[in-house]
Amino acid sequence: MRPYLLLLGLAVAPSLWAAGPAQFIAEYSAQAGAGFTADAARGKAFAGKNWGVSEKLSSCTACHTENPRNPGRHAVTGKTIQPLSPAVNPERFSDPAKVEKWFKRNCKEVVGRACSPAEKADFIQFVAGAQ
Amino acid sequence: MKRFLIVLAALAALPAWAERNALPTGMPAAYQSECGSCHTPFPPGLLSAADWKATMAGLEDHFGTDASLDAKSAGAISAWLETNASRRIQAAGKPPRLTTTAWFKREHREVPTKAWQDSRVKSAANCAACHRGADQGRYGEREIDIPGIGRWED
Repeated sequence: MRPYLLLLGLAVAPSLWAAGPAQFIAEYSAQAGAGFTADAARGKAFAGKNWGVSEKLSSCTACHTENPRNPGRHAVTGKTIQPLSPAVNPERFSDPAKVEKWFKRNCKEVVGRACSPAEKADFIQFVAGAQ
Repeated sequence: MKRFLIVLAALAALPAWAERNALPTGMPAAYQSECGSCHTPFPPGLLSAADWKATMAGLEDHFGTDASLDAKSAGAISAWLETNASRRIQAAGKPPRLTTTAWFKREHREVPTKAWQDSRVKSAANCAACHRGADQGRYGEREIDIPGIGRWED
């Protein structure tokens, strides 16, 4: 019995301590202020919005497609982009430095400013829950 | 017989050995994770050292994108690019575009127009659209597969 318990513990433990989408949503929601609840529908609208800042990189979905489970393609270079969905691509939303780096770079380029914690929480809620 | 087999094995290994990896050793991890996230991690040998220097000095406006890096990553990437830069390739314009050099055009002169226009190719800088090993620095003929055309054999 004990070896089984140990194995079970090993299998479950990483999801307890490794950063995952839920931790990012919780962290950004806390930053957004009391009473804020992340909303996937708002996140979907945000991802699809044409911000009118960059002609080719007009929205998140211009490169990442409307379905986060699908691979995307860079609208300028044509390079394949691995899916955003952590269910399909477990590397996503696992490294805080990476998550912040890409929000910083892509928000500036596509939205034309830094994204707010509320926008980030909504966005991850949408991406992580995509079926 | 044994000697014959050794020679045969050596010959069989030759093409793979002869096709040098275009991403030389010592590549900083940041080259793949920073530069290689948005476009093919281009081989350093496709531009001169002066052109790599100019490219790295202008990352705030990198073909319309702010691709600026932290000083540590930028330093490591610059050093590796310049060390492994081409000594033969001529200046590639301002800003330098590695798809405009005479070498690039000569190497791709047999590629039909319809391949360049294919939506899966999109850009001449999208090496991996046809060179299926490009992200790992492999540009050998055996790994060429052009969208809408197929395998490339001379």
